[in-house]
Amino acid sequence: MHRSPTFHLDRRSFLTTAAASVTGVIASPWIARAQAKVIKIGMPTILSGRVAQLGSSSRNGLMMEVEKINAAGGLAGRQIEMIIRDSKGQPQEAARIARELINGDGCEILLDAEASSGAFAVHEVARDLGFLCIHTNSETSSLSADPKLRLANAFRLCRQGIHDSIVGGSYAASIANAKGLMKWATTSPDYAYGRDTTQQFVTYLKHFKPDIEIVSDAWPKLFAPDYTEVITKIQQAKPQAMYSCLWGGDLTSYIDQGNIYALFSQLQFFAVNMADYTALTKVKNLPKGIYSGNRYIKTFPATPQNAAWGDEYRSKYGEYPTNWSWQNAAVMHFLAAAATKANSTEGAKLADALRGLTIESPFGANGTMTIRAEDHTLIDYAIGWGTTIPTEPYVPDVKTGDWKQIAELESEWKKQSGYA
Amino acid sequence: MDIDPLIGCLLSTACIVTHATSGLIIGLLLFLVAVGLTLIFGVLKIVNFAHGAFYMLGAYFALTIVQFTDSYLLAILGAAAGTAAVGLVFERLFISQVYGRNVLMQLLVCYAFVLIFDDLVRIIWGSEFRSMGMPELFQGPPFFVAGGVVPQFYLFLIVVTLAIAAALGLALARSWLGKTVRAAAINPGMVSALGINTELLYGLVFALGGLLAGLAGALAAPVRSLTPGMGFSVLIESFIVTVIGGMGSILGALVGAILIGLIRSFGSLGFPLFTDGLMYLFMIVILVVKPTGLFGKPVT
Repeated sequence: MHRSPTFHLDRRSFLTTAAASVTGVIASPWIARAQAKVIKIGMPTILSGRVAQLGSSSRNGLMMEVEKINAAGGLAGRQIEMIIRDSKGQPQEAARIARELINGDGCEILLDAEASSGAFAVHEVARDLGFLCIHTNSETSSLSADPKLRLANAFRLCRQGIHDSIVGGSYAASIANAKGLMKWATTSPDYAYGRDTTQQFVTYLKHFKPDIEIVSDAWPKLFAPDYTEVITKIQQAKPQAMYSCLWGGDLTSYIDQGNIYALFSQLQFFAVNMADYTALTKVKNLPKGIYSGNRYIKTFPATPQNAAWGDEYRSKYGEYPTNWSWQNAAVMHFLAAAATKANSTEGAKLADALRGLTIESPFGANGTMTIRAEDHTLIDYAIGWGTTIPTEPYVPDVKTGDWKQIAELESEWKKQSGYA
Repeated sequence: MDIDPLIGCLLSTACIVTHATSGLIIGLLLFLVAVGLTLIFGVLKIVNFAHGAFYMLGAYFALTIVQFTDSYLLAILGAAAGTAAVGLVFERLFISQVYGRNVLMQLLVCYAFVLIFDDLVRIIWGSEFRSMGMPELFQGPPFFVAGGVVPQFYLFLIVVTLAIAAALGLALARSWLGKTVRAAAINPGMVSALGINTELLYGLVFALGGLLAGLAGALAAPVRSLTPGMGFSVLIESFIVTVIGGMGSILGALVGAILIGLIRSFGSLGFPLFTDGLMYLFMIVILVVKPTGLFGKPVT
């Protein structure tokens, strides 16, 4: 009699099969990712609202370099596929998108192109999920300075407030000495970046010129439509000079409204975020002689490489690059170099390769930029202050910041802030 | 709290002139937005959450007209006409569908159009902020009155907005249309029974509200950056103005707006970190003392 075959499963076989299946299910996405020719990189950023330019110009700067890297063979042989999503400037949405990009879309690396408020939220997701995360736009110094926030898998590859403040404080003190500017005021947006950066600027202004006096301060809300009461308040105190880290549309509104009070003929204006094409080209009546830190201008650093990059961007997108553009472009330069060094796109190996990595760059102070190993942050980028004029080249003479001095004072600041 | 600068200012004529002027200008621009809001509520009984969008559209219309004609006067007139037309179409096609419906439904429709108008602006003018620049006529130095600073452009705005307020007040009090509008606000059924086309009247009132908000946007455009969503910031303050002045009251909107302007201007000296809080505190006090607002009438 022919017996039909039966499937016999004993307890041991069942457990072995089940364990293998479960392992397979859990492991398969990672196996699939490791084997995929395409590497997906996620990017939460702000693509709508008043600071949509942050996201659009970050994306443009980044994509211009992604196209070049893909044309040259990709990251360690894998073509890059960018997935870019709009957080609308809401931190909780940025965190949600970050999780979705990693868990849902299968991204292996996250480039966080949020402003500071969103960056801190994404940072916590990076802590939780452990993927390679690179902050490309947050300038709040504590993000990389505070050891409680430090992660082996997170980097900040952009300029930061403490560096701008040290260079700005030194530059402003030299102008104050030359012009006898003793009475100062500040007007900055009322959120973490505005408060921190202004406090740091004042600290270093006083460090280099201890006898100055802050006679008035004003803290308009971020994206405030009207600055009238802020302007008249500052005028009331009759300062000789004023510092501001207002930016984008807020800065242009402030200048337009300040102009009709003749504010800028009554004081010397130090606006760290003025020398960015975003603001320079939008203000219709740019007062003469605003002192500003460099954000992005193609004439600083004055190298053929930087000018060529600025021109290439402009011809591709029909507009000038922004500070956010160069930062995101630089991130791709670093990633490409790290992938070559590690010969891998695995997050942990890329992080090892990024730590302490120095690359040649059009945005470097001396042609190179470095990711400082101790706090995973960008140094040696071109940084300086100068005086703006209403036409190109907008900031004809930039005084370059001294990175040795920046490093020394930053180190002291970290100690004083309890970060070191 | 930093009371010394405030006391110092109140003892100085120059400072009082400067801050009274800035308070007046903040208030009068708010008035133009708030008066449309209160007019629409008074007659149509609609809380128009999309009203800020008309302010935004007015500013963008003005920007485009200036770019094509280089005339700020044409920009103001064109922006006012444009937003009035958009208001009329918006009322006829959408708002008229929710008269007498649940307030939640009305709010949802209005809020949906806040987002739609923002997206349309983004598509047409782009997501980045835009700047109109100051018309050449007003680029001169400010006037100094009793030592206080009065910018030329703000003087122009004060004169224009006060003229609009006076014309609006007179038109509502004296003209046939104004009387009809006021009658419709009190008893629309009776107005309709007398053979007056209330649908047309509602459309006109909404268009007038849009026109006034658009005017405010066009007048403010030279000194404010233009961005999608810019209407929302003025909307909240306009609601505060209408609550303080009394929903439906034109005079209330004027007084409320000027009070808010003065609170912001002088408050920034003595309470720099609590300027917004002062506005809300003042509104709460008014609501406790006179729940219908300064010039509002109890609903019967």
